[in-house]
Amino acid sequence: MRLTINGELADTIRAATVLELLDELKIAPGRVAVEVNLKVVRKAEYGTYRLRDGDTVEIVNFVGGGGWRWL
Amino acid sequence: MNFTDEQLQRYSRHIILPEVGGRGQAKIADAKVIMVGAGGLGCPVGFYLAAAGVGTLALIDNDTVELSNLQRQIAHNVHTIGLPKVESAQKTFTALNPDVKVVPLKVRISKDNILDLIRDYDIVVDGSDNFPTRYLVNDACVMAGKPLVSGAILRFEGQVTTIIPGKGHCYRCLFEEPPPPGLVPSCQEAGVLGVLPGVIGGLQATEVLKLILGKGEPLMGELLMYNALNSSFRKVRVPRNPACPVCSESPTITELVDYNEGYCTLQ
Repeated sequence: MRLTINGELADTIRAATVLELLDELKIAPGRVAVEVNLKVVRKAEYGTYRLRDGDTVEIVNFVGGGGWRWL
Repeated sequence: MNFTDEQLQRYSRHIILPEVGGRGQAKIADAKVIMVGAGGLGCPVGFYLAAAGVGTLALIDNDTVELSNLQRQIAHNVHTIGLPKVESAQKTFTALNPDVKVVPLKVRISKDNILDLIRDYDIVVDGSDNFPTRYLVNDACVMAGKPLVSGAILRFEGQVTTIIPGKGHCYRCLFEEPPPPGLVPSCQEAGVLGVLPGVIGGLQATEVLKLILGKGEPLMGELLMYNALNSSFRKVRVPRNPACPVCSESPTITELVDYNEGYCTLQ
């Protein structure tokens, strides 16, 4: 399947769902947000959201400190 | 507003810009900006906003200056180690531009005080270093209808976005819930290139000035990402999420959440 991932063409993707795509790319699902064709995919739907040939996928890292303490 | 001769000189490079002019500079002088964090991001943001002549600049931070801060937190110095960061930054910004009223707020920001803290300000800047604060600031700004310029840094990567409640996306439209504790490291754990907050803070200060002036296109509905290692900028469009828990038509979060409290009770 051909996807555009973060602006770059990826044409050997085997994953059928968002969750499988993250697994294929070795990305921990908890560390990112995912958009498919400009729509944010909710975390609860990663396992069921089916990707289609030609989809545009954005995978955005969580950045913002993980200090878990107040200022 | 009538400028003194000294002010006309100080702001001459602004006033000469057609997009700013005397009128724009007067808007900057009337603006009230509150910044969450006087650390890596807060230092450059505050530095440039003070230089630009922002009338009132409030700084919220409960930390004191440490030697390990000085690799990137450029408003502090060896003489202010041990002082509250808000006082250290106040000295620096006031020395740069005595026109600016700097309001140091050495408090721990929480769901109980944030709405009171931001109430009298036009724009909020987030330069915090942790997710509980980042979500708290986002939710409070959505609830209070305050524009928010949010910045974040880690290792060699930074992000900037401008949130205008009711018009564009909010932080939760993209990142609905905080990541599980421990999954995303902090700068303290994973490091940060010292100049990175300079790049991201400079972009945040630019966004603030654009909002004050009402010029250009703010990063509304967009997240700008910077990767220092490959010198690349990338924008991702972030539409409003109709299912957003805080900024949608029927929000599921209607009161501020203190994730730190929740997390601590789990331990």
